[in-house]
Amino acid sequence: MAEIEKVDYWRWTESNWRNPEIADVTGCLLTAGVDIGSTSTQAVVLADGVPFVYSNMRTGNNSPDSAINAMNWALKDTGLKTEDIEYTIGTGYGRVNVPFSNKNVTEITCHARGANYIYGPTIRTILDMGGQDCKAIHCDEKGAVTSFMMNDKCAAGTGRGMEVIANLLAVRVEDIGELSFKVDEEPDPVSSTCVIFAKSEATKLMREGWTKEKVLAAYCHAMALRVVRLLERNGMEPDFAITGGIAKNMGVVKRIERIMNVKALEPTMDTQIAGAVGAALIAKDLVEKKRAKA
Amino acid sequence: MIANYGYEDGSGHYYIKIDTSKCAECKDKGCVEKCPEKLFVVELDDFDDEVVVIREDCRNTLRTNCALCKANGEKELCRQACKFDAVGFSW
Repeated sequence: MAEIEKVDYWRWTESNWRNPEIADVTGCLLTAGVDIGSTSTQAVVLADGVPFVYSNMRTGNNSPDSAINAMNWALKDTGLKTEDIEYTIGTGYGRVNVPFSNKNVTEITCHARGANYIYGPTIRTILDMGGQDCKAIHCDEKGAVTSFMMNDKCAAGTGRGMEVIANLLAVRVEDIGELSFKVDEEPDPVSSTCVIFAKSEATKLMREGWTKEKVLAAYCHAMALRVVRLLERNGMEPDFAITGGIAKNMGVVKRIERIMNVKALEPTMDTQIAGAVGAALIAKDLVEKKRAKA
Repeated sequence: MIANYGYEDGSGHYYIKIDTSKCAECKDKGCVEKCPEKLFVVELDDFDDEVVVIREDCRNTLRTNCALCKANGEKELCRQACKFDAVGFSW
């Protein structure tokens, strides 16, 4: 009997990056941020405040190991070791589990600071769509948080919800956005309050003859409606940007833009590393403050 | 900073709002003692100011935690205790 290949459609692609414009970091102030989220872990190293290397990988079942693995992957082939980094800040839900961190800072603060760096000082509203929660954050021109609101009670509006639908429909999670636009007209959203109900509803719709694309459109629509409510409650002020893994899913991003009648800023780097970038920038500020005092 | 702790589910949205800049000015943090459910705890925020936050294990059950105070029909005990008007409710 032929063996059936098992495909994990929810698995998104891990990545690492090195800044091609920085050849040597000798004499540079090296600071790092490690963001341990429920689903993904990122490590970012800055050289004098400029991104030098980063990695983005799935969080395993052991947060300290995830932090070590992410940092080792980021530093691969650089000749650097974790000990060479002057100051490291841990953030994310697993922030207390970064074994080599000097301090931990909440992901809300780090995301605002990171988004301010990635999108520029005009950014005021950030929607961070994480693996298992969703946050609406307001910040000032320096990237300091002025208000925030999060929802982690239910998986609707999170990356996990998207992964469940990817597996159910046998569509790679990274293809969902594009496929969701291949419909003649926008369908009504599926149940937007619960992933479990949305999953049963999607199954029912498939049975009724809906195409995968139409179900994906209905799901992306529901997810957009869900997070828009959070944005509206916390207050929406342009400029606006989305961070986190779902920011890569145009099916959700474009629908949020349409519902809110606002254009999200285009990211200049991986949207998943915003928290870790923010942490590394805060680490740099702390080192400089300490040096100025000495 | 306005910190909103809580959740939204099918029955509504349940957030406790804390104005941390006002809260940091308060020395006695009366809300911590007054709350019968002990929802408030004092923590150092990211800027090393002492502020109250909602206990992490209660953030997704506020509707039931606050039910008694809400049923009274009067101003909630935490809000009565807060001299700086730093605490608010979304429901």
